[in-house]
Amino acid sequence: MQSQATYNYKVVRQFAVMTVIWGIVGMLVGVIIAAQLVWPELNVHEFLSYGRLRPLHTNAVIFAFGGCALFSTSYYCVQRTSHTPLFAPGLAAFTFWGWQLIIVLAALSLPLGFTSGKEYAELEWPIDLLITVVWVSYAIVFFGTLVKRKVSHIYVANWFFGGFILTVALLHLVNSAEIPVFAQGVLTPKSYSAYAGVQDAMIQWWYGHNAVGFFLTAGFLGMMYYFVPKQAGRPVYSYRLSVVHFWALVFTYMWAGPHHLHYTALPDWTQSIGMIFSLILLAPSWGGMINGIMTLSGAWHKLRDDPILKFMITSLSFYGMSTFEGPMMSIKTVNALSHYTDWTVGHVHSGALGWVAMIAIGCTYYILPRVFGKTEMASKKLIETHFWVATIGVVLYIASMWIAGVMQGLMWRATNVDGTLTYSFVESVKATYPFWTIRLLGGLLFLTGMIIMAYNMFLTMAAGKATDAPVLEPAGAH
Amino acid sequence: MDINDLRSIITVLAFLAFMGIVWWAYSDRRKKTYDEAARMPLDDDSPLVPGKGAGQADN
Repeated sequence: MQSQATYNYKVVRQFAVMTVIWGIVGMLVGVIIAAQLVWPELNVHEFLSYGRLRPLHTNAVIFAFGGCALFSTSYYCVQRTSHTPLFAPGLAAFTFWGWQLIIVLAALSLPLGFTSGKEYAELEWPIDLLITVVWVSYAIVFFGTLVKRKVSHIYVANWFFGGFILTVALLHLVNSAEIPVFAQGVLTPKSYSAYAGVQDAMIQWWYGHNAVGFFLTAGFLGMMYYFVPKQAGRPVYSYRLSVVHFWALVFTYMWAGPHHLHYTALPDWTQSIGMIFSLILLAPSWGGMINGIMTLSGAWHKLRDDPILKFMITSLSFYGMSTFEGPMMSIKTVNALSHYTDWTVGHVHSGALGWVAMIAIGCTYYILPRVFGKTEMASKKLIETHFWVATIGVVLYIASMWIAGVMQGLMWRATNVDGTLTYSFVESVKATYPFWTIRLLGGLLFLTGMIIMAYNMFLTMAAGKATDAPVLEPAGAH
Repeated sequence: MDINDLRSIITVLAFLAFMGIVWWAYSDRRKKTYDEAARMPLDDDSPLVPGKGAGQADN
């Protein structure tokens, strides 16, 4: 092709830079609330109290940090594997500014106390409507790009990204169905869920677990299937397995939500179904992990001196660990010990820091130099430092929470010979302090890693300049 | 027929559809397509700094 058409890197660049910025913000809030558990005096004002900041932390790391990473990597992958610039560039720019506006509104409204009370879906109805508009625009840009692709096959990473976009739309629409109350005006929004009682709880955790399964897994597996082969310079280990991997996740994830509601008012058979499907999920999860890691087979030496590949392969190891741990924790008898304890918090962070954040960081390190006209990041040494600081941080975090969680579970269930409880609740809180302190240290290390990344990013940006790569003809077409 | 019969039938059909997908993905006919598809991310390399791309003619 003679034309000098270029890929739309602008929106990729914007989202990649904001991934790092929001990563720092979200993790900083995490460090603050971890410190508040150790030193409750830090709850200085109602706006900055634990109860208000905790949803801000989860929303910021999942939807601001993780969301920006998903937008940037999916836009990068879909145009390059389709050999065409993004469809509707104006709409693509709108998804960037719209998503940033949603994040800012969340950062304002949550500390002010506006919440619908649904975990990971706390934002009130006007923001929910805005999310819907931005998400539909995202779908139009992504699928529009696929429609005008120059190759016949849709690469597997795009299947994962596409599955993630469609499912998140469905989850958001169903779970956020709510009835607004206008008594206090639009500026002080308040709403009530359209569902009641146990149905509301079931829909919430159908949403909650599929947010994990599709937002935090399918989308990030899309990253794995594109960026691990790129960075390793080798095709994915088994393409057939990747196809089965996709459909297996789609067929099973939807059913796993009830494991969040073991031993509640949810009917027992529903709990059992949730447990069984969670156990089945081990198979596709490990199939996918093996597929990602084995992509390196025959090229293991690259791990020695490529810190980006280290991030990616370590993230897959954490993916394997947390998707083994998850099904185990969904078994009712194990859950009887683990539920409501810090073990759950450790499990979530083994997935969120170890898998989601590390693969996103690796992919962002891949993208950043390329969209700023450089061959690599300004400092490879700083990526290596980031990797080790982050890894030690995750290990401290999850190990302390495992110990704390099992200890809490054992203390809560301990009874004396006469049937009375051995420990009061506050005794378990007291016993947890040392582990909360170690967790704070782990979180602080992970945050430090992100700050190192930001420094490296600004060095790279200062040395380079915003660059869009020319559109390539598909292989075999020239 | 009870609504629960329909639900059971759909579950069984979903399972059969999945097994069909596995059979289809692993059939020999798909091998060539998949081998080519696996190369897709590796075949889209362009120069990191703008200039002549691998797929671009001289101009």
